[in-house]
Amino acid sequence: MTDTATASDLPGTAPSPRLRFEHLSMVFPDGTHAVDDVSFTVDPGDFVTVVGPSGCGKSTLLRIASGLTEHTGGVCDVNRDSIGYVFQDATLLPWRTVQKNVELNAELQGVAKDERQRRAAQAIELVNLVGHESKYPKQLSGGMKMRCSLARSLVLNPEVFLFDEPFGALDEITRERLNDELISLFNSEKFAALFITHSIAEAVFLSTRVLVMSARPGRIIGDYAIPFGSERPHDIRFEPEFAEICGMINNDLKEAHS
Amino acid sequence: MTALDDTRREVALESQALPSVVGVNVPVMQPPRPGTTRRVRNLIPPLITFLLFLAVWYLYSWARFDIAAQRRNALPFPHEVITDGFLPLWDPSNGFRPILGYMWPTAKVTLIGLTISVVLGVSIAVVMNLSKGMERALFPYAVVLQTVPILAITPLLTQLFGDELGVRLVVVVLIAIFPVVTNTLFGLQSTDQLHHDLFTLNRVSRWTRLRRLELPSALPATMAGIRIASGGAVIGAIVADFFFNQGEKGIGYYIRNRQQRAANRPEMFAGTITASMFGVVMFLIVGAITARAIRNWHESAQQRT
Repeated sequence: MTDTATASDLPGTAPSPRLRFEHLSMVFPDGTHAVDDVSFTVDPGDFVTVVGPSGCGKSTLLRIASGLTEHTGGVCDVNRDSIGYVFQDATLLPWRTVQKNVELNAELQGVAKDERQRRAAQAIELVNLVGHESKYPKQLSGGMKMRCSLARSLVLNPEVFLFDEPFGALDEITRERLNDELISLFNSEKFAALFITHSIAEAVFLSTRVLVMSARPGRIIGDYAIPFGSERPHDIRFEPEFAEICGMINNDLKEAHS
Repeated sequence: MTALDDTRREVALESQALPSVVGVNVPVMQPPRPGTTRRVRNLIPPLITFLLFLAVWYLYSWARFDIAAQRRNALPFPHEVITDGFLPLWDPSNGFRPILGYMWPTAKVTLIGLTISVVLGVSIAVVMNLSKGMERALFPYAVVLQTVPILAITPLLTQLFGDELGVRLVVVVLIAIFPVVTNTLFGLQSTDQLHHDLFTLNRVSRWTRLRRLELPSALPATMAGIRIASGGAVIGAIVADFFFNQGEKGIGYYIRNRQQRAANRPEMFAGTITASMFGVVMFLIVGAITARAIRNWHESAQQRT
């Protein structure tokens, strides 16, 4: 993936963001005030995670970014032609094999058969599903389903990845392993990511920046730059600094609940 | 009482203990072999039901036997159904062979009618699924179609569709289409919302969404509808024979014809039994097709490894 031309051509300016929210707000037709005055950007190389209490409007941010929901106030600026969306659920089509599921997005967007098969094979390799191509979702474990779902988005090589609590339903060990794999994917594929989760540890481990959202109406009440480099060994989770950041975010979340 | 409770508790304990025993490498109880003994044992309960049914039938026939009037009873004995109804097996004018001859037109009407019902039924469901308005506009009439007493509109049907193959197909479709429509509509509307979102993100056309997402999602429900419809289609084809006299005569004609005189009743029963067997066969065939179509992915299709 290439950096946007405008960003690298002009020396001294920050690269143009892949995703920009400015004073974004969202009030649903039934009067639910989901998001209130949220502003942040996700630049190339950013992995931004939003944590917050249930129902605080985190997922609404992703739905707005992807265009599934129309926001009611402020600005949402993103290239909708280059979005990868990973749902809470793997959302695989049960009547399709792994191979065919991975090809789905490309197929729906009219990518020629040879090309999408080639790209699917690559993506399947990236997510370590080689050898399972002809299996049906029913035959896969939860972790494998999520990998398949990731591969389906990778096929389109998107600039921005939106993750809606993708690993929430997995057991702790599987979740950590997929976190490790996601870090290496992020480092090799160089997308910008906006990630939603309930897990503070997951947020700190994956992200370059963590935002804390308040209870409804969701506002940003905490903003943490995560000081670890791009290589994130598994054991970083047990460093004192890691625990310290988790502690601070946890305090914010306690306030968010009250 | 307490003894019984104890046995129950023991059974419960045993079944609880089983998984851990399996987990450790201790000699495990052999799973019952799916051999012939078990299959035979599974046949015993329905066989007992059948024998009881026959006993009641004999009892009733015997009680109603009217010797004084020198007539045969209204209900023939079961063995008479075989000796006077099904036998001889392969004579051109008596027994089973003419029954099969009359079965053929009925089978034809059933299959063609069912095919029309499936194509038309799925299409109607797709149209209803386009919008809530469409559904509201059409659904009440689908219900009415189902509840109209066909007997009452026979003259009208004859006027509109004659009294040969066409009208027979109309009767079959009237009966068989409703389950196809309702089940398919239910299936289309049960499509996973996140799957819909996934397709929306890919900005697909309405047609692509229907073909790649909604119809496959609805397939198990549609197949269930076809399964119900298959039984109805057989009944429709037979009933049509009762009302419409022209065209190829089917098993319904044979049944009605043998109903008139008590002496022919065994033949009537043989024809009826053959017709219901055909219904069962249809049901099994649709079931087998369903299992084949969705065996890889749907929960209802159990997978054997």
